[in-house]
Amino acid sequence: MNDDPDTATPGGLASIENAISMLAEVGYIATRPIATALYLAHHLRKPVLIEGPAGVGKTELAVSCARALQFALLRLQCYEGLDDNKALYEWKYGKQLLYTQILKEKIGLLVDDADTLHGAFARLAGFQDLFFSREFLEPRPLLQAMEQRGGSVLLIDEVDKSEEAFEALLLEVLADYQVTIPEIGTVRALVPPLVILTSNNTRELGDALKRRCLHLHIDFPDAALEQRVLRARVPGIGAALLAQLVAFVQLLRVQNIRKPPSVAESVDWARTLVLLHAPVLDETLVRETLGVLLKRESDVREIDGQIGALTRSALAAAGG
Amino acid sequence: MEGVLAGFVRALRAAGAEASTAETLDAARTLALMGYAPRADLKTALGLVLAKSEEEKRLHDQVFELYFSLPPEATSAGETAPSPAGPPRTGDARIDALLELADDRRGPAGAPGDALRQALARAASAADVDGIRFATQAGYFAGRMLDAMGIAALEQRLAERLGDDSPGAQAEADALGAARERLRRQARALVQQRFELFGKPATEAFMTEVTVQRALGRLAPAEMERMKAAIARMAKKLAAHHSRRQRRLLRGRLDLRRTLRANAGHDGVPFTLAFRQRRRDKPCIVAVCDVSGSVAAQVRFLLLFLYALHDAVGELRSFAFSNRLKDVTVPLETLPFDDAMALILKEVGHGSTDYGQAWADLHDRHWDGIDRRTTVIVLGDGRSNGTDPRLDLFAELAGRAKRVLWLCPEPPGRWGSGDSAILRYRPFCTSLTHCATASDLERTLDEALEAYH
Repeated sequence: MNDDPDTATPGGLASIENAISMLAEVGYIATRPIATALYLAHHLRKPVLIEGPAGVGKTELAVSCARALQFALLRLQCYEGLDDNKALYEWKYGKQLLYTQILKEKIGLLVDDADTLHGAFARLAGFQDLFFSREFLEPRPLLQAMEQRGGSVLLIDEVDKSEEAFEALLLEVLADYQVTIPEIGTVRALVPPLVILTSNNTRELGDALKRRCLHLHIDFPDAALEQRVLRARVPGIGAALLAQLVAFVQLLRVQNIRKPPSVAESVDWARTLVLLHAPVLDETLVRETLGVLLKRESDVREIDGQIGALTRSALAAAGG
Repeated sequence: MEGVLAGFVRALRAAGAEASTAETLDAARTLALMGYAPRADLKTALGLVLAKSEEEKRLHDQVFELYFSLPPEATSAGETAPSPAGPPRTGDARIDALLELADDRRGPAGAPGDALRQALARAASAADVDGIRFATQAGYFAGRMLDAMGIAALEQRLAERLGDDSPGAQAEADALGAARERLRRQARALVQQRFELFGKPATEAFMTEVTVQRALGRLAPAEMERMKAAIARMAKKLAAHHSRRQRRLLRGRLDLRRTLRANAGHDGVPFTLAFRQRRRDKPCIVAVCDVSGSVAAQVRFLLLFLYALHDAVGELRSFAFSNRLKDVTVPLETLPFDDAMALILKEVGHGSTDYGQAWADLHDRHWDGIDRRTTVIVLGDGRSNGTDPRLDLFAELAGRAKRVLWLCPEPPGRWGSGDSAILRYRPFCTSLTHCATASDLERTLDEALEAYH
């Protein structure tokens, strides 16, 4: 493609296979679609919008990616009321005021020998932009990402929590990788950052934003993939327990519950069981540790009566 | 290459996914980057670029499979084995080329090879096969494709050979006939595939358009499912339009904190002012539905529509009555829709209609739920069997609520005739409209939600 010569492709993004192995080295088991998304994001210079249930590793992907590429990770957590002062940049008011006070006398000296008001004004005009320069600018994550020399991963987390006005603000950053500061000018990214946006779909994002992004949907993993993820995340786990645990979680996800356990929960559960030195799954063990998997009282009550049956089918599924 | 991609994007749009020009350009860049080689990777990559929601992704994968695959019939190997000597020679270059093509089985398991597939694709674009709309046109388009490939010369020679009794001529006629048959089947298969891609979605969209404009009371049972799907889609569009959270500027009330912050750079001298903002209310809707026999179909679709809108509506309560009024919010929220409707009709669907009693019930039990943020939607014909219409209560209701929208399934010509009290209710309603079709419903609800902006 027509890549500029000055933006070299890091080895980890040279091909889809490289991306998979690069992420595997830092303990993130990526499916081929995930790796393809990263590969395209780099080569097409487009942000990736990741949607999917909570806890399937959306944020983790950005973190792992930054670690694997040895890029700086700039994280912008979205929330209601987030505005450009907190996302782009802010002027350091305090410092500006302080400097005005300190420099008061200096200014007196400077205009002392000007005999007319006009002359004094002309002399000051040369210093007009002193207080609106980079010196007094406090860069926030979006601007920081533009200024990284060694490349960066910009994570805009839970963008659905922000307001629509903020989406509009993102458009300039995401399409051209630049930020316009009226007093200074336009800051272009030294190296286009790898931008990852995540959304839990609490509201529908605007079309304009979606059109500028690659859209990746990460769903709950299948049993084989989940086993690989757990093996990477919880190294001390035995093979028998791993298979049973994954079978149980997979069964639980298809039950009629409000908040099915995610990968994050199954990792926590695996850690719990390893801590308890449990060799295999049994009903009492499940009952005692169910709180790690299910976070809603109504879900726990719903499942409580079925724990025995579910455990037995999980054992059967893992044995067979 | 661009032609193939453009065709794919057109097929995607025909299937109902929105792929913009910018996204098509991205897809072209993706294609240049990835090449055609690994099919699964290309599918994933194009999915990332072109489809921007889970639903679109599913559509995309279907269309991809259909578009970038051989027509299914064409791959079946149930035809005459190729003659070991290769295609016969006739001496006519055009016919020989066709015979050569027809004998092209270099694809896997005797499927057509690249030469035949390219020839078919060229013929398809010459015959404008993508314009197919109805299944019955398949024969016509296949014929046009064969014409474009120059089948006429072959057919003429076939006719000549059939007239000749010599054994050599018979053998050649057999070969020619087999070749024509194979070409025809390949063309047919390709036309069928293009019909699935372009014709079917277009027909489907047209039928939906017709259904939406048809009177709700006169829907055939077979159209119910289509109608439900259409309503779900309309509701989704409305919800997306109205659920965008907006803030309203309260001109005149200063937001002190934001003003101080904005002017800190000017040493606190307020050059720029920041005003307070108010989040607009989420719509609250109370639906009051007459479920006596004549209106049941419209009620069904109104409620279906309302419940499909729950994303955009903050609070939704529904009441059904014929003579006594009942709160039906809970069954509608918890049961599957059809079961809930059956239950409602069973519980309140009988008895002679009494609007006065319904207002009295609403007044006694549910008056607190109606305030100045509430839009009341009444669905009914206003035929109260001569009982007291209780205009006093209805006027009070109209005074309490933000708006009262009355939907009447009867045409305006019959308003006020016989026992219809609808014209007496009319002065208290914000609007009274004739509601016969799904698009009427859509318009009314759009208007109801618009009032909250």
